[in-house]
Amino acid sequence: MHVTIPYVIAAALFGLGVYGVVRRRNAILVLMAVELMLNAVNLILVTADVSLRSALKGVPGEAWAAPNSQAGSGGVVALFVIVLAAAEVGVGLAIVLQYYRVRKAVALDEIPLAEEVAE
Amino acid sequence: MTVADVLMIALGAVAIGAGALVVTSTHLVRSGLYLVISLGAIAGLYLVLGAELVAWVQILVYVGAVVVLLLFAVMLTRAPIGPSPDLDRPIGPSALVGAGVGLGLAALFADAFRWIEYPRGDPGTAERVGAEIFGTWVLPFEVLSILLLSALVGAIVLSRPDIGRRSGQPNGPPDPTEMQTVEAAEEVPS
Repeated sequence: MHVTIPYVIAAALFGLGVYGVVRRRNAILVLMAVELMLNAVNLILVTADVSLRSALKGVPGEAWAAPNSQAGSGGVVALFVIVLAAAEVGVGLAIVLQYYRVRKAVALDEIPLAEEVAE
Repeated sequence: MTVADVLMIALGAVAIGAGALVVTSTHLVRSGLYLVISLGAIAGLYLVLGAELVAWVQILVYVGAVVVLLLFAVMLTRAPIGPSPDLDRPIGPSALVGAGVGLGLAALFADAFRWIEYPRGDPGTAERVGAEIFGTWVLPFEVLSILLLSALVGAIVLSRPDIGRRSGQPNGPPDPTEMQTVEAAEEVPS
């Protein structure tokens, strides 16, 4: 299989995520764009697992961690990133909901800076 | 051009198309539902790449939990049902930045990996991934459990403002109609 295809797909998804983070005003939509970026990184990790595992056949991988392990732990790191994304979205949505409860708004570019609050 | 390549191109087109609709749709709820399609197509890509366990965890955690959480947040912030015209900033340099990042990374990967044929590796079944997690990666796994616990506690503390405040404040409870955060209300000299 040609691993260039999933790599290019992941690059395009990451670009879309960056565009969404810069363009969107709604905090929840920004979190959705962040999810897209995290998924692009996960796709790169899984693809690297496949391509590097077959390219490094017979080469001991991760010699710093465990000398006897095989090359290619991309799937495991992808699982870790999924868990981190779940934790991130939990805390992020708690912040967004708390802000909505206080300000009745979720628009990111209307958040007042510190000196405006202190007045 | 093998069957796997054709499948990957088709699933990737679905993922990118749905992702583009996520960041351009004017309906908040539709944006979340397009995110489901995009994440599902990425799970299909994982299956084609041979990472079975990651694909099912993706379906369980992302499609099952994260998107539901995002839709709950859309509901709790009383988003309008119809299209909302004020979801986007003026376009400015955002399209340039996004296209630059995407095309730059794509060019980098295409240049690094060329059109080389890689053999399919052995599938990432639960047995192999489990042996990796509890062999090589057991310490990060345990640290991750502590991180999940702290994120849980942090989310609870953040969403309950009465936990963080000390009792016996001279200000008394803040007026709920007052448009000030709790921290700002504590700093106001009385």
